[in-house]
Amino acid sequence: MATSPRATQQKFEPWTDPDAKPYVRIEKVTKKFGDFIAVDDVSLSIFKKEIFCLLGASGCGKTTLLRMLAGFERPTSGRIFIDGVDMTSIPPYERPVNMMFQSYAIFPHMTVEQNVAFGLKQERLQKGEIENRVNDMLNLVKLGQFAKRKPHQLSGGQRQRVALARSLVKKPKLLLLDEPLAALDKKLREHTQFELINIQETLGVTFVVVTHDQEEAMTLSTRIGLMNHGEIVQVGTPSEIYEYPNSRFVSEFIGSVNTFEGRLVEDEPSYVRIGCDDLEAPIYVDHGVSSAPGATVWAAIRPEKITISREKPDATDNWASAVVRDIAYMGDMSIYLLRLDSGKVVRVTQPNIYRHAEDRITWEERVYLQWYPESPVVVTK
Amino acid sequence: MKSVLKRLGLDGRSVVTAVPYLWLLLFFLIPFVIVLKISFSTSQIAMPPYEPLLHWAGDKVLQIKLNLGNFAFLVEDDLYWKAYLNSIWVASVSTFFCLLLGYPIAYAIARSNPSARNILMLLIVLPFWTSFLLRVYAWIGILKNNGLLNNFLIWIGAIDQPIQMLQTDFAVYVGIVYSYLPFMILPLYANLEKMDLTLLEAAADLGCRPWQGFLKVTLPLSLPGVRAGCLLVFIPAVGEFVIPSLLGDPGMLMIGKVLWTEFFNNRDWPVASAVAIVLLLFLVIPMMYFQRAQDAEAGGVHR
Repeated sequence: MATSPRATQQKFEPWTDPDAKPYVRIEKVTKKFGDFIAVDDVSLSIFKKEIFCLLGASGCGKTTLLRMLAGFERPTSGRIFIDGVDMTSIPPYERPVNMMFQSYAIFPHMTVEQNVAFGLKQERLQKGEIENRVNDMLNLVKLGQFAKRKPHQLSGGQRQRVALARSLVKKPKLLLLDEPLAALDKKLREHTQFELINIQETLGVTFVVVTHDQEEAMTLSTRIGLMNHGEIVQVGTPSEIYEYPNSRFVSEFIGSVNTFEGRLVEDEPSYVRIGCDDLEAPIYVDHGVSSAPGATVWAAIRPEKITISREKPDATDNWASAVVRDIAYMGDMSIYLLRLDSGKVVRVTQPNIYRHAEDRITWEERVYLQWYPESPVVVTK
Repeated sequence: MKSVLKRLGLDGRSVVTAVPYLWLLLFFLIPFVIVLKISFSTSQIAMPPYEPLLHWAGDKVLQIKLNLGNFAFLVEDDLYWKAYLNSIWVASVSTFFCLLLGYPIAYAIARSNPSARNILMLLIVLPFWTSFLLRVYAWIGILKNNGLLNNFLIWIGAIDQPIQMLQTDFAVYVGIVYSYLPFMILPLYANLEKMDLTLLEAAADLGCRPWQGFLKVTLPLSLPGVRAGCLLVFIPAVGEFVIPSLLGDPGMLMIGKVLWTEFFNNRDWPVASAVAIVLLLFLVIPMMYFQRAQDAEAGGVHR
């Protein structure tokens, strides 16, 4: 997982402050297209200066939700407030909101400059002010010398920045970004992610980003709203979503995970023990679970939280024996695919700390897997 | 076969691209040269009714006789330039009305739902399945004094006496606009239909009301379609012969009619050819201008 550049900065967590007033409030919004429910009873609070990512697979309703914030779609029911004002039935051209489209939607018959000035001209601002603001914005996105170019003379990355400049120049209260980096190649995408965060911090605009790319969501956002079938399934910071998923869906959507199905054998307030058909030893977790004994639960363990060794552990819990089926050398780490005796395949990643590790674990070797009691996450749905 | 082509320095690609050139050579350039040749000859009562340009005078002398009189005649007699001007005027007005009618129709079809689009476009081209001549004749039945339209207007009480519509300029405009409207709609539709509608959402997002979005985005982006449609209507309308002679005032001066008279009534092929050559020049110049404007635009896109 890429680390968030925010980690190094001072704490920004208005959502933990009970007195903080949300800047954008989505209240019980539902959108139906005929019989199809695209967005199902979604309520969300987004705070000022946040980068909030709506993450989900295609068709999960994230784009529809974004389009309702922009005003292109009216909610079937529910209300949307921005900065305290009810925006539910305000048309897009009267909203203090701008959108950066996935296709960028740059006007092909206008130069870069004219594209960026377009929104300001609509506001009937004075010519001098328009020029100043357009120039400032073009410099901010480093397109100063391309002002007179037509869109078709620009590269993909430059076009993306024109679209960004055009939507930011109106100083919107809220900037909506629909898959802002999807059309860029990997190198450029990583670079642009950080640039986007810098620009957002310079201008202090609130961002709502729609993406299907979990890595992009992890890097960019202050918080992620994970969507599935029109519903928000979990809202949280990137690390909350990754480390404390509230369901199998969330744990499997974000990153890779090994999920073991089992029954609660021992259920105490301070620990649980889970019996699992795939494992010789039970799974011991050092926190309680709100579920009845005997109930079916799932223990999710991230690949990097499992260790591999040749010696059989003498612990009673939290281990398994397996045979190495495949190894993928990635440079910084290696991915091991290991087959348990039940046939289930477990994925484990190990950092490659030593350059010439002699006696490396190799194909078809019998090994033992182990993890700490705090590593598994138990989910009940 | 392949080796023969190779020996001639041709590959498959140049053979394929040669087809349109060959076609234009056979059916445009060669006929044009023949007409050009006739336009420089002198009329005579014979078969064919003009003198040859090249004359073998004997003694190893080949005489070329270029008669510039036909072109001089076009300038001297004001009938011709009046007919040219009137034709261009009629074609311009008709093109304007075609655009006025055709743009909203093309726009509505392009924005209707995809399943309706094909049916609507089929209906636009459906009149082509009946003869052009028949359709123009049908307008006589509608426009004449005791025709459909006059009878209807009398019946609803709008008028007491029939209005003279047939054999007026009005009838010619109706005929041309009706006949050439599909040629305006087709390129406009093709252009409007492929427009990226998120551009309009972007315009709305940046503060445009729907009509402002139309003026600032849709309209400028549809100009290539407008240009193509106008050319497709204007060029044939200038030389139009059938519609003015069936629906118009017999005295109406149209260059197509003049050409017909010179050719068939006066049997003056050289003058008729000169009329055709000058007409072609009138058409080629604007066509080249528009072509260049369009090339500049298209060239930009593909760069």
